[in-house]
Amino acid sequence: MPVSVLLILGMGAAVGFISGLFGIGGGFLMTPLLIFLGIPPAVAVATQSAQIVASSTTSVLSALRRDALDHKLGAILVAGGFVGSALGVWFFAAARRAGQLDLVIVISYVTLFTVVGSLMLKESIREFWHRRKGGTVRLRRKAGEHAPYLGWPLRMRFYRSKLYVSVIPILGLSLFIGFAGALLGIGGGFIVVPALLYVFRVPTNVVVGTSQFQIVCTTLVALVLHAVTNQAVDMVLAILLIVGGVFGAQFGARMGRHLRAELFRFLLALLLLAVGLRFGLELVLQPKEPFSITTQEVRT
Amino acid sequence: MRTLGLLLLLLISLVPAKAETLITSLSNHRVLINSNYTGTQIAVFGAIERDAQTVARATGFDVVVTVRGPRQFLTVREKERLGPVWINQEQQKFPTAPSYLGVLTSRPIAEITSDQLRQRQKVGLEAIVNSTDFTPQRNGADRPFREALYRLKAQEGLYLEDERGVTFLTPDIFRAGIPLPATAPPGNYEVDVTLFADTVILARTSTNFELVKTGFEEQVGAVARDWSLFYGLATAVIAIFFGWLANVIFRRD
Repeated sequence: MPVSVLLILGMGAAVGFISGLFGIGGGFLMTPLLIFLGIPPAVAVATQSAQIVASSTTSVLSALRRDALDHKLGAILVAGGFVGSALGVWFFAAARRAGQLDLVIVISYVTLFTVVGSLMLKESIREFWHRRKGGTVRLRRKAGEHAPYLGWPLRMRFYRSKLYVSVIPILGLSLFIGFAGALLGIGGGFIVVPALLYVFRVPTNVVVGTSQFQIVCTTLVALVLHAVTNQAVDMVLAILLIVGGVFGAQFGARMGRHLRAELFRFLLALLLLAVGLRFGLELVLQPKEPFSITTQEVRT
Repeated sequence: MRTLGLLLLLLISLVPAKAETLITSLSNHRVLINSNYTGTQIAVFGAIERDAQTVARATGFDVVVTVRGPRQFLTVREKERLGPVWINQEQQKFPTAPSYLGVLTSRPIAEITSDQLRQRQKVGLEAIVNSTDFTPQRNGADRPFREALYRLKAQEGLYLEDERGVTFLTPDIFRAGIPLPATAPPGNYEVDVTLFADTVILARTSTNFELVKTGFEEQVGAVARDWSLFYGLATAVIAIFFGWLANVIFRRD
């Protein structure tokens, strides 16, 4: 693949910086960038998972040291994530055989990014508005109020997260994240974190560590499965992305401590919407070259 | 006796008069390329020998060199509008398309021989791409796909036709340079040299060379194909190692 090494390193660093700034994995930015660069979506998605593994390992290790990790909740999330990952990789291979992988990836990105982006934008604008009016940000949380599905059967107690909820919605969430992660080359932190925070009301100090723990485990499985079933992992590209990303993220994280929370959420929302829009355009605009070639097998 | 004589006459007329012989040689039968390879050329040399009885031809000779790379199973897909979006819809399979296809001639191919002969003998890029056994025929629906394959492969420099690719050094000795771009896949390449004079085929030779990738990248590629589980695990270990390294380097407490 004739792509400049410096360009990849630079992009890895830039995306790493942004991911460190916002405290997210960065996969959702890097994978689209790689695709826009002309790297086949299959390779972009599969290789990006290696970078996610690296960056999440870093955060899990520091979470472990601070004891900011709910092992029991993490294990349940991982169990669901494994199944989701396997399904995702299988679906990925099936879509690739049918010649519709690009379409599946693009549509999923458009949907995911526009939905999550607009939700975040709405939230951050409202927060911003409240602050302008001088009032404190209203917490919409009321004691004793729970969504009904949290009380489904198979309830389990998570001491570290101060939770007593049904396992089913947790498994459902992690299944979805594993599936989307394997299919789209994202860790899914930007979905898991808000879900754990707002839906399950897991205390803030264990949310990030736990979600990163889940991401490391499921992405590891996705990475190996991608290598075995699709042979789409490019080790050289992966190392370049990791090196760029790992260092970029550290500088981003340093910057991030000086950023106001609602401004930061607003910027992240804009970023998500922009990437979603860019993908949407790709789908709607008439392609310059409507034909494409795929190699199914090489006969020697 | 008369029938035997007629039969003999018929046989003689069927066997082509072997007046000219073609001798060709490649500069290399094995091309080694490493990771900083940017493309190379292989030279084909040829000599035309006439036996004593044959008189020199007034029109001179023409040579067509056809190079076919390793075969691939290709699918060409066309994006079409479906509601507001463009998606892949129609497709056409090319079960044994050469990954590389180079046609080098001493003169524009239309001047060398007739359309019919080109179609029948598959001489020239267009004739090869449009031949009936290249892809299933679908009453003309296959045409845009053949054209697209040609166009896309030509953009990559993998399908090419050079009408000045063969140079005659003397009236009987020629040379041609086969350009091999960096994207040319490894494998066996067949080189067919066809000698023409006055629009008919006089002689044909066939030889081949092998493109072998060496170096780090190729070894990594081979491991990724043949040891995919090991490769995936190794990538995972590398990723974890870097993550751990970053954690150690940037430790804040």
